[in-house]
Amino acid sequence: MSRRAKMINKIKELMNKPDYIRNIGIVAHIDHGKTTLSDNLLAGAGMISAELAGEQLFLDFDEQEQARGITIDAANVSMVHPYNGKEYLINLIDTPGHVDFGGDVTRAMRAVDGAVVVVCAVEGVMPQTETVLRQALKEHVKPVLFINKVDRLINELKLKPEELQERFIKIISQVNKLIKSMAPKEFKEKWQVKVEDGSVAFGSAYYNWAINVPIMQETGITFKDIYQYCKEDRQKELAQKVPLHKVLLGMVVKHLPSPSESQAYRVPIIWQGDLESEEGQSMLKTDPQGPLAVMITDVRIDKHAGEVATGRIFGGTIKKGDEIFLVGSHATSRVQQVGVYMGPERINTDLVPAGNIVAITGAKNVVAGETICDPERKIEAFESLEHISEPVVTVAVEAKNTKDLPKLIEVLRQIAKEDPTVKVEINEETGEHLVSGMGELHLEIIAYRINEKGVEIETSEPIVVYRETVMDNAGPVEGKSPNKHNRFYITIEPLEESVFKAIQEGMIKEGRIKGKEMANKFIKAGLSKEEARRVWDVYERNLFINMTRGIQYLDEIKELILDGFETAIDDGPLAKEKVMGVKVKLMDAKIHEDAVHRGPAQVLPAVRRAIYAAMMMAEPKILEPIQKVFINVPQEYMGNATREIQNRRGQILDMSQEGDMVTVEAKVPVAEMFGFAGDIRSATEGRCLWSTENAGFEKLPDELQKTIIREIRTRKGLSPEPYGADHYLS
Amino acid sequence: MLYIIGLGLYDENDISIKGMKTLKECDRIFAEFYTAKLKDQSLSTIKEKTGKDIQIIGRKEIEEEMKPLKYAKREDVALLVPGDPLAATTHSTLILEAQRKNIKTRIIHSSSIFSAAPGLAGLQIYKFGKTTTIPFPEENYFPHSPYLTIKNNLKYDAHTLILLDIKAEENKYMNANQGLKYLLKVEEERKENIISLDSLAVVLARVGSSNPLIRADRIKKLIVEDFGGPLHCLIIPSKLHFLEAEYLIEIGRAPPEILEGRI
Ligand SMILES: Nc1nc2c(ncn2[C@@H]2O[C@H](COP(=O)(O)OP(=O)(O)O)[C@@H](O)[C@H]2O)c(=O)[nH]1
Ligand SMILES: [Mg+2]
Repeated sequence: MSRRAKMINKIKELMNKPDYIRNIGIVAHIDHGKTTLSDNLLAGAGMISAELAGEQLFLDFDEQEQARGITIDAANVSMVHPYNGKEYLINLIDTPGHVDFGGDVTRAMRAVDGAVVVVCAVEGVMPQTETVLRQALKEHVKPVLFINKVDRLINELKLKPEELQERFIKIISQVNKLIKSMAPKEFKEKWQVKVEDGSVAFGSAYYNWAINVPIMQETGITFKDIYQYCKEDRQKELAQKVPLHKVLLGMVVKHLPSPSESQAYRVPIIWQGDLESEEGQSMLKTDPQGPLAVMITDVRIDKHAGEVATGRIFGGTIKKGDEIFLVGSHATSRVQQVGVYMGPERINTDLVPAGNIVAITGAKNVVAGETICDPERKIEAFESLEHISEPVVTVAVEAKNTKDLPKLIEVLRQIAKEDPTVKVEINEETGEHLVSGMGELHLEIIAYRINEKGVEIETSEPIVVYRETVMDNAGPVEGKSPNKHNRFYITIEPLEESVFKAIQEGMIKEGRIKGKEMANKFIKAGLSKEEARRVWDVYERNLFINMTRGIQYLDEIKELILDGFETAIDDGPLAKEKVMGVKVKLMDAKIHEDAVHRGPAQVLPAVRRAIYAAMMMAEPKILEPIQKVFINVPQEYMGNATREIQNRRGQILDMSQEGDMVTVEAKVPVAEMFGFAGDIRSATEGRCLWSTENAGFEKLPDELQKTIIREIRTRKGLSPEPYGADHYLS
Repeated sequence: MLYIIGLGLYDENDISIKGMKTLKECDRIFAEFYTAKLKDQSLSTIKEKTGKDIQIIGRKEIEEEMKPLKYAKREDVALLVPGDPLAATTHSTLILEAQRKNIKTRIIHSSSIFSAAPGLAGLQIYKFGKTTTIPFPEENYFPHSPYLTIKNNLKYDAHTLILLDIKAEENKYMNANQGLKYLLKVEEERKENIISLDSLAVVLARVGSSNPLIRADRIKKLIVEDFGGPLHCLIIPSKLHFLEAEYLIEIGRAPPEILEGRI
């Protein structure tokens, strides 16, 4: 039997033993070494050749990724690792570290149970370290810590052994502080990483070695030895003695949970169905015999295989040829192939049981976030995947050649399916489609991918996505239906900061409220008791509250009122940008006796008008998206770098110095960030490292409000000035 | 001056002589057909007899723009409305707005489904409760109120006249079968035993024409019958006076047992 065939057999055998599986992700701030680490783990486990690893970044398999040296998509690989005389199947998802792609990290976290947090020893804990760790902990994914690039501390920064020690302690305590503040209550202490028990490892992904306490004890190698090996340029030897993959994968097997262990506490968090039901019990026990329950975390279009959906099987077994039910879209579909990964390759199998990450080929209409089950045994959907980041930049995309018009639409739909953080608005009439993403770089990559798929396109200059809100209260304002026989009385006020935050952070879910269980959450978030019990809808971080009592027929038009509310929020009165942070209250309603005179054509416009009029009376303002910018630059260029920030309406938040390097933290409006990459490069002669993070929306300065409103309205073909309240009241 | 003139129930010949005379004196004539339908909406006879053009306007032009009022200050304007112009329409707002703008108005009435339907069905108009309309279901809109109106009327032994929605712009007119199915669907959701396949109902079609249809029976029978072209309406009778029952049996071919009070 060939080595390959043996490996396939082994994987097929291990996938049936959940106790011997580890589903893990590697998370880190950009450039801290995730991809290098993943490649060397694969090579170490004999999945790719040792020569390739470290040179050619294997997981960055997209040409675009290799050209830019960043990882765009989470790719999946699997490997087999022996530990204490037993073999384990390790399924690894590589996740992108650039903030522009935050959505992928969240999705990957749903599929895994544990995470290796990589922190570069030189840079230390960075903002995205915090972001990705938060996403992992929120999904109840257990972390271990790998402090990478230790070789650089020794050889480049030339730290002394004591300084090395200090540096490690600082990083570990920072990570533990983050875990303590962000982990679920029951794990705040339990999941602290510790040097003593080996849940922290140190090493060099690039030079292929690592060390932790258990390995020190096993091999007798000490920190002092390591120091020497590095100093004397003998890291190759070190890699023989304490190979990276052995130490890291050992740490993974020992400290990260198996699917059967983790599903017992994760299922109640990610699935709201009845835990006592057959499917609930089966998922809690990772039972391959139970009803099928799969959550899709990623969909990609493969040149040969077509749509490939990757997902985590929480219960039951999925088989080739199965008919499946898509819970979210209420549709049935058929699985052509199922498979698992071997190295970076997909290997088809007859079936894949609970606890594994599965690749499903040929199932039509599956999207990321979908729940899959047996059509004969329908189950409740998994919690939706929450995206911490939201699109802030839009470009208009047009096909260069008219013959590509239909193809472009198809390609855009594919891209939206593959990456849920991309928002695509198709306009078949004008052929000018809008694509929104997380930042300039994200959009550039999308444009590249469209070209890759064989459509030549032209893109407009990027446009910033704004929001609308109010600063003051107004109302009750009367909104009349077109037939004038229905009236709605509405007040508007700014939403309490605490409630806004609770929605933003996912403590309060978006959606129309059913039942009374939510009231306590609203009270906890700072809403008054009276209002908390009356919330009808949470939409785009706005609330709709029904303050009326005992109005006949109101129940019957409730959904229409909410349709009116939601459409008003989608297109605000200032510039048809989305509204956010507003509390809309229905104070009274007068409704026609007969159902045909109070249908959608009457109710929707009436509610919309009342909301628009009230907003126009409540000091409406435009909000603009803000990015935090982190810059690492040699002292002599600091002035040039901060000038770049200040020229862009930026604000320096923090500055710190270490040796010759200065770290600057600033915030800058996204509108001013276009072209920043080139400008900062020339301002610092290329000596600057920088990264950005989206930081929500802030009020556009008053002196710019009028100009920007005009600009947006003109671009959208609206009259240059927004209408006053009167316009909506007649 | 604004004249709001009823066109009556079925075709343009249902307009009154007074209505015709008034039209001849008007400077401008509008007509709307979104609240109900006439058999032939070209109004060619009226045009011929008055020698005037008639402009047909839609919901938006009346409700939102109040177009007739724009001219009525200086001209004599007529608005033609199917049926009796203020019955089951929302045109009272036009009159209110005219009053506020100091424009005189006059109503010229005509025949209406509200009196014609009970009459044709042999049911006493004194015994009717609230009227209701069954709308075409839309996304997020499937009101139960028509069913609840029947329920409340039955409580007071009152008959219910049920009008059926029309979507003139799309040339869609709800037929009696769709209306009955709607009510059964609500029963399925509410399970209050108000409407069943065994309930008695009356179907009226093309009221005002020379051969209107009157049919009374159990819903299970009616639901599979074909009642021909629009417009249709329904009545859900309550307790019947003996003459009402005899009428429904002899004219509407209702089952004889309803005379014994089994409705
Ligand atoms: N000296 C040194 N360089 C490293 C180490 N790990 C990664 N690098 C380098 O750091 C850069 C970023 O690594 P990469 O794996 O792409 O980071 P990612 O963005 O987290 O995927 C590359 O140039 C790597 O060669 C290490 O342990 N030592
Ligand atoms: Mg990478």
